[in-house]
Amino acid sequence: MKEPVKSEFGTVGEKPKVEKKIYNRNLILAGIIAFVVLITFPIWNLQGKSVPPPDPKLDTPVIQKMPEKDRKCIEDKNYMRNYHMQMLDNWRNQVVRNGNRQYTSLSGKKYTASLQNTCLECHSNKSQFCDQCHNYVGVAPYCWNCHLTREKKLAEAK
Amino acid sequence: MSISRRDFLRIAGFSTLFGLGAKSAFEMLAPGELEAKLAPNPKALTAKRWAMVVDMRKLDEQTAEKCIEACHRIHNVPDFEDPIDPKDKVDPAEKVRWEVKWIWKEKYEHAFPGQAEVAIPEKIHKLNFLLLCNHCDNPPCVRVCPTKATWKRDDGVVMMDQHRCIGCRYCMAACPYGARSFNWRNPRPFIKSEDESYPTREIGVVEKCTLCAERLAKGQLPACVEASKGALTVGDLNDAKSKVRELLRNNFTIRRKTQLGSNPQVYYIV
Repeated sequence: MKEPVKSEFGTVGEKPKVEKKIYNRNLILAGIIAFVVLITFPIWNLQGKSVPPPDPKLDTPVIQKMPEKDRKCIEDKNYMRNYHMQMLDNWRNQVVRNGNRQYTSLSGKKYTASLQNTCLECHSNKSQFCDQCHNYVGVAPYCWNCHLTREKKLAEAK
Repeated sequence: MSISRRDFLRIAGFSTLFGLGAKSAFEMLAPGELEAKLAPNPKALTAKRWAMVVDMRKLDEQTAEKCIEACHRIHNVPDFEDPIDPKDKVDPAEKVRWEVKWIWKEKYEHAFPGQAEVAIPEKIHKLNFLLLCNHCDNPPCVRVCPTKATWKRDDGVVMMDQHRCIGCRYCMAACPYGARSFNWRNPRPFIKSEDESYPTREIGVVEKCTLCAERLAKGQLPACVEASKGALTVGDLNDAKSKVRELLRNNFTIRRKTQLGSNPQVYYIV
């Protein structure tokens, strides 16, 4: 039945009947389902699986040789975990551009500000240490394009 | 309680000003904790103005080779004729194109063009001069660098910051001494004995001699000076009592391409 259209002058006509229909209904619905499935693929694909948490190893020869009570990084463990990137960024600017190459830690100990000569001295296991978290959180710092790791030497020593 | 439009704008304006001002004031006044904790090594060698004197009377061919070898070894400079994997070896023509050098040998007429007089003593004609970055007082490479990846330090060393170099090669065009090299390819496969205390470079950056800034900072003389058995001397040009000044006082020296006004700071006793 057609619906009458009313105005202030009374009934002026009838609304044409609109057929409520989706053209290509099956195809569109299949498309929407496929789209939703694809876009949520990463979520349900990993359902029930657990990604192993990063496990940075501290068992390098230099660290092993240290007496138990001296086995500390240059700053507090949590500070290093959260801010090592800012620290390294600051180091490189200060060292290369201002020639400030000596770092005094909070404990008053002095270190040479150098990724290659100080950090890697202890953490000579880049793939077991640095890469563990970097891969987990999906960051790829380009330090290693130029800075050499000590892994080759470590492998030869074993 | 109602508030007039005028009052509202006034309060909003002042609070914005206060908020922004307080933030920047805090950032300015708060101590840069990390930066304050870095200082130069007290053992570092310092100078008002570094300069080098090359005594060509003492520098023989083997010593020059030793200087080059020492520099290139500790700075991980690639040798395209001696790769890790022999398959990577490049032919001599390509080697010239890709060559990376910090310190090298050159004949008199190539090192001192414009000063090649009609007749020069035979022994000077035959000499192989040891060339390196001149650490100019008015360095043209620094003028053209768009990122300040190369700059002149207060002590006169023309430094390179590989972190900032974008590889535009303006500095190479500007340098009249050919002291700068571009990494046309990854240098790693061409560094046979890697020195783990110094980084390599990566593809697409320019490199050159830094007067062993990393060694001066530890209180050591530049590697070439150490290997030269007294033929090379670095010292403070500003200090009248320095070894460099003594050599300059007692000997006639020449410098490369002084007519260009870059004021090079490597002096040659011939």
